[in-house]
Amino acid sequence: MVGDLVHRFGDMLMIPLSEFREGERGVITRLNGSGTFRKRLQEMGFIRGSEVFVEKYAPLRDPIELVIKGYHVSLRVEEAAQIMMERLE
Amino acid sequence: MRTRVKKEAITIALTGNPNSGKTTIFNNLTGTRQHVGNWPGVTVEKKMGTVFHNGHRLQVVDLPGTYSLTAYSIEEIVARRFLVDSKPDVVVDIVDASNLERNLYLATQLIEMGVKLILALNMADVAEARGHEIDAESLGTLLGVPVVFTIGTKNQGMKELLDKVLEVVEDRDTVSRHIHISYGHELEKEIKKIQDVIWRDPSVGERFSTRWLAVKLLENDSAVQERVRSFGEIGKQTLAQAEASRERLGEFYKDDAEMVLTDQRYGFIGGALKEVLKVSAKSKLDLSRQVDLFLTNRILGFPVFIFFIWAMFQLTFTVGAYPMEWIDAGVSWLGAVVSALLPAGLLQDLLVDGIIAGVGSVIIFLPNILILFFCIAVFEDTGYLARAAFIMDRVMHVIGLHGKSFIPLLMGFGCNAPAIMATRTLESERDRLLSILINPLISCSARLPVYILLAGTFFGASAGNVIFSIYALGIALAITMGKLFSVTLFRGDIAPFVMELPPYRAPTLRSLLIHMWDRSQIFLRKMSGVILVGSILVWVLSSFPRSPYLPRGQAVERGTTSATQERLLTLAESQQPVSPLMSEDNLKNLDLNNEMTRLEGSFLGRLGHLVQPIFAPLGFDWRTSVAVLTGFVAKEIVVSTLGVLYAAGADVNEESEALRRSLRASGMTPLGAYTLMAFVLIYIPCLATVAVIRRETNSWKWTGFSIGYSLVLAWMVSFLIYQGGRIIGLG
Repeated sequence: MVGDLVHRFGDMLMIPLSEFREGERGVITRLNGSGTFRKRLQEMGFIRGSEVFVEKYAPLRDPIELVIKGYHVSLRVEEAAQIMMERLE
Repeated sequence: MRTRVKKEAITIALTGNPNSGKTTIFNNLTGTRQHVGNWPGVTVEKKMGTVFHNGHRLQVVDLPGTYSLTAYSIEEIVARRFLVDSKPDVVVDIVDASNLERNLYLATQLIEMGVKLILALNMADVAEARGHEIDAESLGTLLGVPVVFTIGTKNQGMKELLDKVLEVVEDRDTVSRHIHISYGHELEKEIKKIQDVIWRDPSVGERFSTRWLAVKLLENDSAVQERVRSFGEIGKQTLAQAEASRERLGEFYKDDAEMVLTDQRYGFIGGALKEVLKVSAKSKLDLSRQVDLFLTNRILGFPVFIFFIWAMFQLTFTVGAYPMEWIDAGVSWLGAVVSALLPAGLLQDLLVDGIIAGVGSVIIFLPNILILFFCIAVFEDTGYLARAAFIMDRVMHVIGLHGKSFIPLLMGFGCNAPAIMATRTLESERDRLLSILINPLISCSARLPVYILLAGTFFGASAGNVIFSIYALGIALAITMGKLFSVTLFRGDIAPFVMELPPYRAPTLRSLLIHMWDRSQIFLRKMSGVILVGSILVWVLSSFPRSPYLPRGQAVERGTTSATQERLLTLAESQQPVSPLMSEDNLKNLDLNNEMTRLEGSFLGRLGHLVQPIFAPLGFDWRTSVAVLTGFVAKEIVVSTLGVLYAAGADVNEESEALRRSLRASGMTPLGAYTLMAFVLIYIPCLATVAVIRRETNSWKWTGFSIGYSLVLAWMVSFLIYQGGRIIGLG
């Protein structure tokens, strides 16, 4: 897949969260986006270095349920695409 | 021992994240001594209550649940404004002890504001079960804030909490001290610079926490900027300094200052938690997660959701039908009693036909509303509502709405009034307004009698399909208007979806009942006023000027015959077999005919004639116009008005054969009937709904807009249907 290739040759620390599959785990490396959105995410604990676990996708593949800082939260896929991650095995 | 009893009540503000159990604690503290209102100018619920403790009267204000205190959402602005302007004596921050890290974020902001703070570590039992061991004493010392443990659902720790409140208010507590969250050298330097500028005017410095102002200015907080601007010259200088500082910090950190501040706050929290929180790995099966795997399952998620909704409707409308019958009987009985007690005349008419019938037609929905709100409370308190939103969000997102908006919209099929009240479960004001505006397009059950009558009369066997198409038209319009409003009226910044999915919890009956009653009493109290006025108005319009004819139910003047009367008589003669009852029927018809003539001469009838030209392009005659006017009170009234005006009898229902015959004889075509159905679907929501819209939007402007746009839309759609139908030769 093209997306995979780009990331393999690009920055391994910059994988959008939206490309994570159920059950995968990672650490936030960067938060894109601006204004309210970015601020709100930060306040909810999406800060650099936070660990994120992808719990599941909704039946229609959007939104995503995540576990961060010990609580469950959901984000739309387009929003998750703004969060850059490093994969943890 | 009352050493320092304050004259006025002590004000306690409750703050906390959503799902921290704040409402339960508020209910525990205040019980039934609650008052629900709105914060001035916004649609956010304001709850207040009183509690007596050790001879003190404590006024408890339940602030909206928020994750933070920035100026981004209306709830946060409301909460913050109260803390800054009303200066409560003490602020109790309800913290979910099993989710400390994120919950303490709000606490750091409260500490920064310099309010007198108490932390209530709620759901202490859940935290313990999860293997979280919290050293409350150290936490208190680190934050400079007294800490108490509470278990809201078990009503534990309330006394300790109130004791602590009094200690803090009376400065007897030893833990409270003012701490600064250190933001590191660079930030501190800039904060100091801004503070110094503010202190140039000591009168400002004394009124506000300058550190808080400085931090907020670095965060580019628009509300605080506005306030600082109002300080005059010193404000201008402060803002200039803040701008310079932001720029410098941006260069230094290669990121916005507010981002760095948030990072630092979480850093502070993380540091504190390392010292006070021990998590022992309890490999206990997470029940909530297991339940969720089933309820939001890829395959089962939707069927389960649909089943719950179906069950809710069954309960509401099947079980609700019994008390509805009782209320209906009660209202009729009351009407009969009043009729018997009072002499026939104006006063009796006003009471029986105006007030009792009008208010009765609305109060009858009370059982539905109680049950519906009980179900919603169950969904909300168990945590399922968030899952429903999770499942439905993809669908609702298409119209620019949040997943949670689905339930209010769906409830609209039952009755729009409680449905619009259910928009209170939505967090953003934008979503709430949008859902309120499109809700009346969802065809409620009160409109069904109109469809049954018209479709049954004009479409025979295909009536079912025709009615279905009207429902579909409503849904299509709701989607179209939702999309239209969201790209025009509510453009702005769409709040991100970020929604917490709280663990499933068993709700307490007490909190369910309080939840249900909170919302229902608004319906009862506020509705009664508007409905009363509206019913009286319609009654006046239809009763005046007093006709020269005798009032209803009395002997008929047989001498008067008008053209309509003659037609009616021939109609009756030609279609009814001659029977001994014939003369009695005739009398009834004459009586009815009198009523019809009287109505035509009333203000309402004249109004019907007056507005008829507007409706002429839709193919409505004056009688249909009157029916549409009275339908404003409640849409099913369209049927009884048509009954009177087409001389079939006021006590007709949608199944009435007589009315069907006269409708067919009146020259109305299937196309005209379909147009009328479409119009009834779309135009002004009924009086009860308008009252709820007024109440929930807290604005006459939006109420007026809702009425106005629905009228225009109804006219346009009906016009297209009628004229379009004629062009292609259906009329």
